[in-house]
Amino acid sequence: MRESSSKRHYNEPLARIVKKDAMSNQRMAAYSVFALILAIAAGGVFIFSLGYNPFKVYATIVSGAFRSSISTQGTIKIAIPLLIASLGITHAFKMQFWNIGAEGQIIMGGIFATYFALFHSDWPHWLLMLVMCAAGMLGGGLWALIPAFFKTKYGTNETLFTLMLNYIALYMIKYLAEGPWLDPKASGFPKIASFEKNARLDEVFGVHAGWIIGLVLVGVVYFYLKYSKQGYEIAIVGESENTARYAGMNVKKIIMRTMFLSGAICGIAGMTQVSGAAYTLSEGVAGGVGFTAIIVAWLAKLNPFVILLVTIGFSVLEKGSSVMQSSFGLPTSVSDILQGIILFFILGCDFFTRYKLIFRKGGQKNDN
Amino acid sequence: MQYPQLSLLLEAGGILACNRHLTASHRVPAVANYFLTGEIMQKEKTHATAIELKGITKTFGSVVANNQIDLSVRKGEILALLGENGSGKTTLMNMLSGIYRPDSGSVLLNGEAVTINSPEDAIEFGIGMIHQHFKLVDVLSATDNIMLGVKGGSRWLKKTRSDKIQEISRHFGLDISPEKKIYQMSVGEKQTVEILKVMYRNANILILDEPTAVLTPQETKKLFDILRRMKAEGCAIIIITHKLNEVMEISDRVTILRKGESIATVETAETNAHELTELMVGRPVELSIDRPENGFEETLLEVHHLTVANEEGFEAIQDIKFELKRGEILGVAGIAGSGQKELCEAMAGLLPVSKGAILYNKENIIGKSPEEIIKMGISMSFIPEDRLGMGLAASMGMVDNMMLKTYKKNKGPFVSRKEARELSKRLIKQLGIVTPGVDTPVRRLSGGNVQKVLLGREIESNPNVLITAYAVRGLDINSSYTIYDSLNEQKQKGVGILFIGEDLDVMLELCDRIMVLCHGKVTGIVEAKTSTKEEIGLLMTGGSGKEGSADA
Amino acid sequence: MIINFLFAAIKAGTPLLFGTTGEIMTQKTGNLNLGVEGMMFMGAFVGFFTGYKTGSITLALLAAFAVGVFAALIYAFLTVSLRANQNVTGLTLTIFGTGFAQFFGERMIAAAPDKSPKLPAELVAALSEKAIPLLGDIPYIGKLLFSHNIIVYLGVCIAFICGIYINRTKAGLNMRAVGENPAAADAAGINVTAVKYIHILAGGGICGIGGAYLSLINGGGVWNNSCVNGQGWIAVALVIFASWSPVKAILGSLIFGAFSVLQFYVPKDIIELPNAFYIALPFLITIIVLVFTSMKKSKEGAQPAGCGINYFREDR
Repeated sequence: MRESSSKRHYNEPLARIVKKDAMSNQRMAAYSVFALILAIAAGGVFIFSLGYNPFKVYATIVSGAFRSSISTQGTIKIAIPLLIASLGITHAFKMQFWNIGAEGQIIMGGIFATYFALFHSDWPHWLLMLVMCAAGMLGGGLWALIPAFFKTKYGTNETLFTLMLNYIALYMIKYLAEGPWLDPKASGFPKIASFEKNARLDEVFGVHAGWIIGLVLVGVVYFYLKYSKQGYEIAIVGESENTARYAGMNVKKIIMRTMFLSGAICGIAGMTQVSGAAYTLSEGVAGGVGFTAIIVAWLAKLNPFVILLVTIGFSVLEKGSSVMQSSFGLPTSVSDILQGIILFFILGCDFFTRYKLIFRKGGQKNDN
Repeated sequence: MQYPQLSLLLEAGGILACNRHLTASHRVPAVANYFLTGEIMQKEKTHATAIELKGITKTFGSVVANNQIDLSVRKGEILALLGENGSGKTTLMNMLSGIYRPDSGSVLLNGEAVTINSPEDAIEFGIGMIHQHFKLVDVLSATDNIMLGVKGGSRWLKKTRSDKIQEISRHFGLDISPEKKIYQMSVGEKQTVEILKVMYRNANILILDEPTAVLTPQETKKLFDILRRMKAEGCAIIIITHKLNEVMEISDRVTILRKGESIATVETAETNAHELTELMVGRPVELSIDRPENGFEETLLEVHHLTVANEEGFEAIQDIKFELKRGEILGVAGIAGSGQKELCEAMAGLLPVSKGAILYNKENIIGKSPEEIIKMGISMSFIPEDRLGMGLAASMGMVDNMMLKTYKKNKGPFVSRKEARELSKRLIKQLGIVTPGVDTPVRRLSGGNVQKVLLGREIESNPNVLITAYAVRGLDINSSYTIYDSLNEQKQKGVGILFIGEDLDVMLELCDRIMVLCHGKVTGIVEAKTSTKEEIGLLMTGGSGKEGSADA
Repeated sequence: MIINFLFAAIKAGTPLLFGTTGEIMTQKTGNLNLGVEGMMFMGAFVGFFTGYKTGSITLALLAAFAVGVFAALIYAFLTVSLRANQNVTGLTLTIFGTGFAQFFGERMIAAAPDKSPKLPAELVAALSEKAIPLLGDIPYIGKLLFSHNIIVYLGVCIAFICGIYINRTKAGLNMRAVGENPAAADAAGINVTAVKYIHILAGGGICGIGGAYLSLINGGGVWNNSCVNGQGWIAVALVIFASWSPVKAILGSLIFGAFSVLQFYVPKDIIELPNAFYIALPFLITIIVLVFTSMKKSKEGAQPAGCGINYFREDR
């Protein structure tokens, strides 16, 4: 009667997945290092399949990032916005608020800061810098506040909302460049004028002062999230909104405040980009940094110090790849592919920190 | 041997195309034919074992949920699986339904060893499980949920499907609207859908996980009637419960689990509630709870015409009125979802109140935030039903959880973990909390320890009013008694306690008075000393006892 | 004028339709794939390259579909089997896919005779806009509806088929159940993993064709290293706009396509609005739609409840 069951009797799968207990930090770190090695190896296989020596290519990447003081400075320049934006996103993520709008928040920070750079470049330098920084924070913060408001009011999905805002911010630059802020000297070409010297961020050791801001933020964010009352509130809201309400916290206020902060920090990244790196505002001001920052924050498990490390890794890969064209004749986009492959492997390896596979025991495969 | 007969019956019942593939399946469709004929078909009673578990072990991380469990059910038998919360009943059954995979041990179906890799396999083997937390898709209709995943038949979703479902449910004596979406349904209706789902798949081994928790006594009776008829048809039924009276009423045999191990299997006719309790708990239990006399007279809290809308805008509490004295334990009884949650949250200031007043020492606290209520000098502690989701931050340690309501008191912008750390250490000693350390995430503690953490924190704040929702849910009897003792201790200090409970036997012994809620209204407040379970049960269903149908 | 405008709107909306339909299939099964841009980029390159080498439209589209499936397979393996974070995996896929297309695109350019790879003439002819006999002769409507390139019809067909599949078939029902509540679907005997894989892969393939449209049609027969240029992200926006219905996506992509070409058709002497406004409009409207759906708090026409959350059966 039961033909169907007979075929199912012993077909135990080869392996099954079981959840692990939480791991200690040391083991977690060991796993991460292992995953990284595996990921780099996988990238190496790709390089090899293109017909190049992976060791040579990797060596070139690393040396390319640090081969001269100028390249080292270049690497740091790449790292600055990524670091700051990742720190910004961390606030939102800690609250389980999926802010993928860092890109837009960077742009808005850039736009707000640019306003002062263009129209108040005669202010005393230090004042202008402070105002631009504050304006950048305000711009990024307000831009992040919009989805936060609708999230708290109507429960609007923040992932999709923040994603859309990225594009609106991007087209706002386009609008400004084509219209109100059009550089009259650009003879009709839609671009915004370069900042005057007074509106440029000072350099310290050859790199704009953004790196100091970034490093300071690493410490500040760490202490804020770990030891401040507000940081505690963020963690509780992220854990469970009901628990937060139960404890008498004003959840809506906390979400709005934290999102403002998250956006404001991303806004600083925008400000340092326009006044420290590009000396103007263009559509490339964020250039995908906001998206990469999401990956960085997530990979670093929201730990500011680890974020610093991951950021450096990304920047080295990015900067080092720029010499690939001259050294190997490989297009610079190879760094995107490598980044992708490495990340895929790290994402995949993360599985083994949370689950384990139990393989079928040989003897269990008994016959009828 | 059986199915030609069945297919005839089905056709006679007018259920043609839709059920054909079912009759063509390899299973013995034992459920359907009874309902379709409407009378008990006399057939030989088989006492062969339907399913047998041998040496089943299942661990979650380092927690051993099931250890070497043996269990068997015969055809035409109702087996009660009795055990305290956390004894591993649900885990065990989830292995039969394919949700979990055992680490070791074997399952024998009709004497043959089988491997159940997935729910799909379980269905194939004729095992149907009605989970305590319904496994239904909210945005889909009853029909879609019932037909979900059914193999064979047309590839298209035909309009006529729901007619057939309706027809079947009429034959089964169940009442549903096939087109109604799940999210619009009451709990009772949802369970009906779950039952139909299992019936539609012609399960002949049926597992029900705490099916009566959400039902009125009338609905329970109806469910038990159905189960008896299925049993007469030769179905093997396992019912998970921790309610002894239900065990005695419905089951043929009882298997008792304790701390993940099978302790004994006894014939229901040869045992009694007392013996079962002892087996369940593992030692002789004095089933009596202290009820110290209330030495206070003054009224602490008055609730007038309170109306509260829940998050969906539905009036979950309608115009209720009661008072709470100092040193009194006021029980709140009612079927799950009668407004208990909303009452608690409104009193704790977590849900906005539409109408009415809550007077604390003659002062109205309506409209105040939990923070303001605390500032008024009212110390109200609330131990919510959803402990890890509401009372605690699950992935934080005890220290961080201790600060939850006091972190603001520290001066300056930073938190201080010093006091919280000391408090944690003290509570671990006082209440015997078992935890690897004060920083171990509380989600890794057992249910009883989680409850102790929460209770300890709340009592530590020296409340005047203590609200507890299902304070002992998920706890073993030992821990439960620790909690009752703590509550009585608070009572003697003059704290007014609102005790939301589900076990009427416990409430009758522990509480001074019991308020009964039904559909958000108070149907009566009785003196616990003089009242009976029957009286309260009647009040729980609206007083008349006639409102039996599944609709809300 | 109006006909020309709508015609251009359909032309511009078609790649979005593919991307959107693909992403709807993915999201309906409970996975938010932010890698649409990457999958479209990969489809764009592989579709173009195949067309460039073989001259066959069928092979080009099949190859684009295949590479979309491959990209989605990476995503599915990571998120479904290894339960990696969906947002991060999707973003990574976008980085990877963009790099993939630009890297190999660059190499194709370097290898081409005059550093500018052009599609064979017969393929360009096959891809050109042609009026369907008889139907194409109907005044206005003929031009509007029956004079497109062949991929436009393919897109509309796929969207209709997906719409019918989702709402009218048992397999579609199973897929919706998995997307809404995988635990319930699992308990009902549905193989959650298989359902997710199938639809994520199919969705990726459809996105791949959308990418091929961009490189084959919009590029005018010449490879352009930034041919996708954000269209994938617009497709993600369109999913919301279309409230997760492929049939509504047809209308939605028409509207979005219309906005993208609107600036060329609005008489500048009557209404003067900055160009950027027209391009930003679709995103703005999407936000408004998003806010309104959340205000209604309706469970239907909203993102599938299981979206973004990976399912593990033994989770307690």
